[in-house]
Amino acid sequence: MRRLGDFDLAEESVQEAVIEALEHWPRDGVPERPDAWLAAVARRKALDRIRRNARYREKVALIEAQPMETNVEPDDRLRLMFVCCHPALSRDVQVALTLRAVVGLTTAEIARALLSSEPAIAQRIVRAKRKIVDAGISFRLPDDSELVERLDHLMAVIYLLFNEGYLTTGGPQASRRDLADDAEWLAALLTRLLPTQPEPLGLLALIRLHLARAPARFDGAGDLVLFEDQDRSLWDRTAIVSAIKLIERAASFGRPGPYQVQAAIGALYAEAPSWQETDWMQALLLYELLVRLDPSPVARLNRAIALERVAGADEALIAVDELSADLNTYHLFHATRGRLLEQLGRGDEAASAYRAALELTSNPAERALLQRRLSK
Amino acid sequence: MKYMLMFAGSEDYFETFRSFPEHVQKAALARVDEWSKDNTAAGRLLGGHRLQPTSTATTVRLQHGQDGMPNGKALVTDGPFIDAKERIGGYVIIDVPDLDAAIAMAKSWPAGGTVEIRPLADL
Repeated sequence: MRRLGDFDLAEESVQEAVIEALEHWPRDGVPERPDAWLAAVARRKALDRIRRNARYREKVALIEAQPMETNVEPDDRLRLMFVCCHPALSRDVQVALTLRAVVGLTTAEIARALLSSEPAIAQRIVRAKRKIVDAGISFRLPDDSELVERLDHLMAVIYLLFNEGYLTTGGPQASRRDLADDAEWLAALLTRLLPTQPEPLGLLALIRLHLARAPARFDGAGDLVLFEDQDRSLWDRTAIVSAIKLIERAASFGRPGPYQVQAAIGALYAEAPSWQETDWMQALLLYELLVRLDPSPVARLNRAIALERVAGADEALIAVDELSADLNTYHLFHATRGRLLEQLGRGDEAASAYRAALELTSNPAERALLQRRLSK
Repeated sequence: MKYMLMFAGSEDYFETFRSFPEHVQKAALARVDEWSKDNTAAGRLLGGHRLQPTSTATTVRLQHGQDGMPNGKALVTDGPFIDAKERIGGYVIIDVPDLDAAIAMAKSWPAGGTVEIRPLADL
């Protein structure tokens, strides 16, 4: 039974050695061969650079094109991903561990990406490792009977990472864009490690579709542009085509899942010549399917947006209001209500909905957008 | 690895069980019995007990001196030591390869409710 020892990467001991050196050199003097230390540091930095470059899209495409390797290495990667996203660990810990052990980020990089402090992240990782060892979480693949459920955890972590990075793209923390790329890389890796599972393909397609639209999400002034107002000529058509191919590949398994359906909805939007010309009936049908596969309040909120196009704002508002108990603390619930109320000419209620949304999000781009709507 | 599985349930959970007709209660207990026998035979279950209700519990709270060590005094009170929404109805000690195996066992527990898994440490 393999345990933690395997994923305490060698580089980490190097890092610890450096920290130790920094603590001891002032007291004990510089060792005889300080260049050895420096070499170790330099090697690590170089590795980091290679790793980060390797995450860029072309490389991802290259990896995908390669046939599935049969050696044990990919299996180890997958085991590592499953351990990091084990349901016995909290979601926060799953995210930090995945970034540390699978993506290979340093504690400092993780802290930056998650807007946290380095000691906090370091402590989170130490605690996680202790839990893994003490609670007896094995370094093994889940049994077939557990696979689908465990895979859901893994994909939830990847999609959360993506959203963390993507939603702040263009904001003051532009560096977080890397997180979205990391998530894409992880999703691509997953499709390669689990080639008989369609949902990772759906997740990758969904991420690609979001990224394809990224260039149109912000205007020249750096303000967030609503999906319906985006300049579609800025969308990355090549990425959209590649995402659609992924969806088709996933569909050939005949096992639809929430990520595949969300990707299909994304593709439907991406293929429409304009917001108005979107096939809204088809979108609504896909949302119905999504709600059936994933009856979460957020999925139902998204369905209401398609419902508005098909049946009108009053129908959609009824559907949205049904979610108030579940989504009262979700800013997009209030933002959606605001939009619908605005359309129905109920300006005062719309304004208070926007204000409620403002109180619930700290994302600068989203805040600016809400403030613009409020000032109308 | 050895773990303790603690079987807990809310007041509702226990009341619902008590509201079942006797033959339903018996059938449920028989499933628990079968679970215990199967897991004992497979070498996974080392032992365990059902607990009397928390109304029978007595708590002994040892007093500590300034050095942080017990000073020989104790406060004896009626009731369980924690006032939780869920209470423990029984426990078993199991020996399985890892946490995943312990989770699988907890999932197969036929009586429902909530199961807390705790790895054992030496006394």
